[in-house]
Amino acid sequence: MQLKTQTRPKVISVLVMEDRIDAATAIQFKERMRDVTKDAPARVVLDLARVQFLDSSGLGAIVAVKKLLGPDRALELSSLTPTVEKVFRLTRMDTVFTIHPSLEVAVASAASV
Amino acid sequence: MPPQPVSDHDPRRSSLTLVFQADPVSIRQALQGMLTCPPLSCLRGEDRGMAELVLAEVLNNVAEHAYAEAGGKVEIRLDGDPRGLRCLVVDEGREMPGGQLPEGRLPCGPYVALDDLPEGGFGWHLIRSLCADLAYARVDGQNRLAFVLATGS
Repeated sequence: MQLKTQTRPKVISVLVMEDRIDAATAIQFKERMRDVTKDAPARVVLDLARVQFLDSSGLGAIVAVKKLLGPDRALELSSLTPTVEKVFRLTRMDTVFTIHPSLEVAVASAASV
Repeated sequence: MPPQPVSDHDPRRSSLTLVFQADPVSIRQALQGMLTCPPLSCLRGEDRGMAELVLAEVLNNVAEHAYAEAGGKVEIRLDGDPRGLRCLVVDEGREMPGGQLPEGRLPCGPYVALDDLPEGGFGWHLIRSLCADLAYARVDGQNRLAFVLATGS
């Protein structure tokens, strides 16, 4: 599970370099996210532009990362592909996460706070 | 152009049967293989993504619950039909609790506290949202789950 991180003053962005987060990789994803966000600032943006497939295990892992970050740091999402967007919508998890159309929008919104 | 007659060789009407081990890595490989062959390869865009999602959820349930992550054989049969993709998944694991399919209610409502957010329990909701004619039977020590995936969106 490869993740590419970019740190800015108030926000860290994490690009998932894989095309799927599924039952075979969900635990690994959660552990890698825990590592890369250890010293994260108040906002973490997870860029899912390359993820074409997310199942319920992958979704559960993303929720777990949000919980790991705790109440003082936000996990936001950006660049959902259509199939991934539909998984969030069908499970109503789109009401739990702030979802940005692109990383640029997500970063601009984080910087403006 | 008039509609093309549907011949016996129409790939949309193909059938595919696959037998493999029910573990996450084998399931991922089987899904990727299935998606490149008819009838799944005939599906477009969202239909294809949703078909992959339902099959992944059903197969991962077999691995996680029917076989309790101890491994076992699972067989899947797909029958293409212009009205939908008929699917049958057969395993020799434990019976569904109470001999019934889970209701698939969402694990939480809106405005739930951070600590109470669910990290699982989405699978059956997704399956029930995306397929029709779900039927479960326990026959001769086998679980047989049949369903239809709507196509042509």
